[in-house]
Amino acid sequence: MRAFLLGRLAQSLILILLVSIIGFVILNLTPGGPLSQHGLDPGMTQQDFNRLKEQLGLNRPLWAQYLDWAWRLLQGDWGRSFRDGTPVLNVIGRHLLATLLLMGSSTVFAIALGTWIGIRGATHRYSIFDYLATVGAMVALSIPTFWFGLVGIYVFSLKLGWVPAGNMYTIGDGSVGNYLHHLILPSIVLSLVHVAVWSRYMRTATLDVISQDFVKTARAKGLSERRILMKHVVGNALIPMITLAGMQLPSILTGALVTETVFTWPGMGRLFLDSLGYSDYPVVMGILIFSAILVIAGNLLADIAVAIVDPRIRLS
Amino acid sequence: MTAVTANAGPTGFWQSRPARRFLSHRLALSGMILITLLTLACFLGPYVLPYDAMYIDLRARFAAPLTGQHYLGTDPLGRDIAARLFMAGQISLLVGFSSMLLSTVVGTLVGVIAGYRGGWIGAALMRTVDGFLSFPSIFLVLALAAALKPTPVMIIVIISLTKWMEVARIVEAEVRSLREREFVQAGRMLGLSRSHIMFREILPNVMGPIIVAATLTVARAILLEAYISFLGYGIQPPLPSWGNMLNGAQQYLASAPWLAIIPGAAITIAVTSFNFIGDGLRDALDVRDDRV
Repeated sequence: MRAFLLGRLAQSLILILLVSIIGFVILNLTPGGPLSQHGLDPGMTQQDFNRLKEQLGLNRPLWAQYLDWAWRLLQGDWGRSFRDGTPVLNVIGRHLLATLLLMGSSTVFAIALGTWIGIRGATHRYSIFDYLATVGAMVALSIPTFWFGLVGIYVFSLKLGWVPAGNMYTIGDGSVGNYLHHLILPSIVLSLVHVAVWSRYMRTATLDVISQDFVKTARAKGLSERRILMKHVVGNALIPMITLAGMQLPSILTGALVTETVFTWPGMGRLFLDSLGYSDYPVVMGILIFSAILVIAGNLLADIAVAIVDPRIRLS
Repeated sequence: MTAVTANAGPTGFWQSRPARRFLSHRLALSGMILITLLTLACFLGPYVLPYDAMYIDLRARFAAPLTGQHYLGTDPLGRDIAARLFMAGQISLLVGFSSMLLSTVVGTLVGVIAGYRGGWIGAALMRTVDGFLSFPSIFLVLALAAALKPTPVMIIVIISLTKWMEVARIVEAEVRSLREREFVQAGRMLGLSRSHIMFREILPNVMGPIIVAATLTVARAILLEAYISFLGYGIQPPLPSWGNMLNGAQQYLASAPWLAIIPGAAITIAVTSFNFIGDGLRDALDVRDDRV
């Protein structure tokens, strides 16, 4: 277990290193590189520009700049926003909670619905339900999230008036109920793709477990089908789903960015787009690296969780 | 598809097991028909329609579909939506297809080399794959699209840059399992060059999974292009794409919902078709089902 954890941790650290290198390359691809802000300033002469470059050490070889930059990242100095001079990590922190709320609620919804569809599809294999779930999942995977959001707003906000068309809360009303009311539609929109993915994997995992010997033993003991399913099958089928939850993180973050844009949700994705619009590269780079670290950390946590739950990994 | 055709003669092809299995796969077949119709419409439609995609008619702004002379209505500038939809379709399909080609070539190269060479070269390549996979693709694509000039070619390059990893992973795993097989050892004993063994002996055996992954990559590339164009960083107006037709549609959602509904439906149909075809190919070519 200890060796497994250490190995996994080392892998994650190497990944973070790689991610930072890729991020640094992209930063230097932007017009003007790290000095892009001043490149847009009309009062700046080429001489000033060169002097600034020398002062900031940007005429040194790239690898030296990278080490410098990475060292500052490690110390928590992620630069300052061009827009208001706030440290990047603070800006991200201010928007993180909204994104996590949206991601969390839609993940819970996707897991609940997807697990149910997957198990039912596996126990009623090749039924009409299974067929519709299979086709439905493939269509759901093909619908652009932002379009689903727009159609959802059109139907449920504009036509039926059930839910608000955007924002996180009504100004002047900060009650929990008000937050939840605003949360419903965006989290359902964000969860669509993941219900599809989750139900497909859950179906496969359930089928895998059902065909194993211990399920036959349970049947031979005379347990009811329902009891076998609840006690022996579901729990075991859910173990690989923990890994899946980690693997889905990048696509949830991608979906969150789009959903936040459509629903004017004040999260990290919207912040990313706003910062792109203002050419606020420190924040853009910060979010890019931060989201990758979030993904790596999420996968690490998922693997540790699986190791705790699954004795086969713990003992090997 | 072409590889399958090349292996079996024209008459043998339709009788071959993969072809029969693909044709009996109802979803795949309907996907094939849908995407053929859609492609024909996009490339031939502009010659049939009386309007040009760029023609601005301010007297006919916001015409609803099926009301006047514009079958699918007009946009805020009075341009014919049907004409724009077809033009946009050409661009979206081309971007999707080209991104698939580029990312499949890159992914296959990386996968074959990593899988065959193994060792530190393989490890370095595959860790790079993991590194790219750690980024949520839209963040990476948007950052690149904002930094570089968003010409259609650049969009294709950027999308490919975030879509090559999956092919690389699949190919690497397959090649690694084939590396020690007898026919490869025989090739080595015959003194064939490394690149000959990699690309002429091993690669043909991996074509099945590559074709399946490539088909699904078209679907994802079309989706990704739609996402970034919707957000304003993809294909730039006045050139239409399905994604950028939706850009700005949100503000007219109450008064002109067709602006949002029509292009989105086109994207969904195209992407669903490719996903269906990919699913059918996976069954037909006996590719292991380890993803959705």
